Amino acid sequence: MRVSENLNAALHAAFESNSDLHLLGEDVADPYGGAFKVTRGLSGRYPDRVMPTPLSEGGLVGVAAGLALAGIPAIAEIMFSDFACLAFDQLVNFASKSVTMYGRRVPLPLLVRCPTGAGRSYGPTHSQSLQKHFIGIPGLSLYEISPCHDNRTLICDILARAEPAMLFEDKILYTQQMFAAGRAGELFSYDFPYPGSGIARVFTDGPDTADCVIIAPGGLVHRALNAMRDLLLEHEISCVLLVPSRLYPFDTGPLLPSLCRASAVFVTEECTAGGTWGSEIAQQVHSRAWGDLARPVTLIHSADSIIPTAPHLERQVIVRDSTITEAVAGSLS
Amino acid sequence: MSIITTQTASESGLSRLADDDLRLMLMIRHFEQKLLSLFDMGKLNGTTHTCLGQEYIPVAMSSLVGARDFVFSNHRGHGHYLSRYRDPAGLLAEIMGRQGAVCSGVGGSQHILRDRYLSTGVQGESLPVATGVALALKRSEPAALACAYIGDGTWGEGSVYEALNMAALWSAPLVVVVEHNGIAQSTLTAVQLSGTIRDRAHAFGVRHHRTGSADVNRIRAGLVPLLEEVRLGHGPLVVEFATHRLGPHSKGDDSRPPELIRQAGEHDWYARYAAEYPAQFAAHDAQMYALIENTAAEVAARPESAWEGR
Repeated sequence: MRVSENLNAALHAAFESNSDLHLLGEDVADPYGGAFKVTRGLSGRYPDRVMPTPLSEGGLVGVAAGLALAGIPAIAEIMFSDFACLAFDQLVNFASKSVTMYGRRVPLPLLVRCPTGAGRSYGPTHSQSLQKHFIGIPGLSLYEISPCHDNRTLICDILARAEPAMLFEDKILYTQQMFAAGRAGELFSYDFPYPGSGIARVFTDGPDTADCVIIAPGGLVHRALNAMRDLLLEHEISCVLLVPSRLYPFDTGPLLPSLCRASAVFVTEECTAGGTWGSEIAQQVHSRAWGDLARPVTLIHSADSIIPTAPHLERQVIVRDSTITEAVAGSLS
Repeated sequence: MSIITTQTASESGLSRLADDDLRLMLMIRHFEQKLLSLFDMGKLNGTTHTCLGQEYIPVAMSSLVGARDFVFSNHRGHGHYLSRYRDPAGLLAEIMGRQGAVCSGVGGSQHILRDRYLSTGVQGESLPVATGVALALKRSEPAALACAYIGDGTWGEGSVYEALNMAALWSAPLVVVVEHNGIAQSTLTAVQLSGTIRDRAHAFGVRHHRTGSADVNRIRAGLVPLLEEVRLGHGPLVVEFATHRLGPHSKGDDSRPPELIRQAGEHDWYARYAAEYPAQFAAHDAQMYALIENTAAEVAARPESAWEGR
């Protein structure tokens, strides 16, 4: 099952199990079914609860927040996560604030879905990974889809928390297959060894004796695994990949023993340089385990640049398999 | 849906108010004056925005908007809150950070949530949210509506138009109350708003009602049938009150020429009503003044609020 199909099935399951759930977004109705076809079939089955909206990202997120405030769980789709900037006020100053600014916890079951990332030559304003701009906002949780995490469980869990959340969905990942039955391709296995954290671990064999740990959100999983294969076969460096489902808040506590055992720890993500999610993770690891780390955490991300359109130029900016391979090999050589 | 603009005629005298309405208007007036006085004495923190001169608007709305309706207030919201809950102690405790505060002192003057009443401090932000709440009410509680107060300055925000568009498309039971006091902080409306609010509402096919009256009875009479239309599911309504802000934007920041402030004062319902109904006015005015004085003294003596539900 492709990741986009899994996500679509997750939305159908959520609508079936919750007769109040609403979804709003641009071009989300059938037969179009959303720019990335993730909402396909929903408006046909639930015409009253799927609301195609005008081009009004701030407005539609505000309407979704209003529904949530009135007790109706709402999912808002932002066609390209770049446009979430247009909803920044509603997310920062209304939805997330309202959870606590009235002196008591206010339930607000709001999920904002954000197709994200480059690799399709959509150009500077349709290719970004803007997760970093939403980090550190009290009351706002950030999630990212991955091939390890079943979205049917994830979406139910997020809505059950009744707090505003954003779900970043890598656009290339949409087309990939979900992992299943503990297998992540021919070479790798995966499990969830940190109870309660939702963090997946992808490894070849002997995850506790691997040379390196790579931490990556879902959109980087395939690039990280390609790099891990090359590192193993060509450099004899073994790596374990850790894939969180929730990017923020993020507690590195359960990971620290694994991180301290490794010869090197890397955080890789697609966003461009500066104020990255990885720097947040690294700072947390450094402050909690500095004396036990073999070396400082290494950040691997896209260049300090806008994301150009032409494929050959886009490749020069965005994190690729080889970016990770070279960073890891270079660090350990 | 037909496009309608209604307008009440200009008025010479004010009709006699029910005691309860008069007391509410006076409660708000003395509450706001007490706040400014407490600020002057250095007893309040931060900032606050008083609605001096505009008290009659939420009082007029108070009998038209019921407990099942959701009210969205803004930065200038004390009158909105008091007209709904008659709770000067809870509001003052919120503003002063004392025990018994509506929101434990976390939200303060501009951020209050109580039952179906919510205020936020960012201009225009509430209208999409109010549209969402209106749609939720339409689904689960037909005939209930969402009522959102905004100012004339708020019409500079794009979220207003996004919300009006969606509210009209989806026939949301939304009433937008515009307290058009002719000035946005220090900027006169004439230099920040092109065209008219009426035409902006009409651009979305939204009905618009304008009144320059400060007569609560008359305002209500004009609004009753219009709100009924909203409750019947005939789409949103914009109600524009041409009003006058007597005081500063917040504390001591009134940079208007004295002549403009004096002109605003000529419209003050307080002096006009006192002149027309001196006996009724004097008794209630003294009582409300005393109520607010006593409330302020009592609240100021309370221990600090505790933020327990974070």
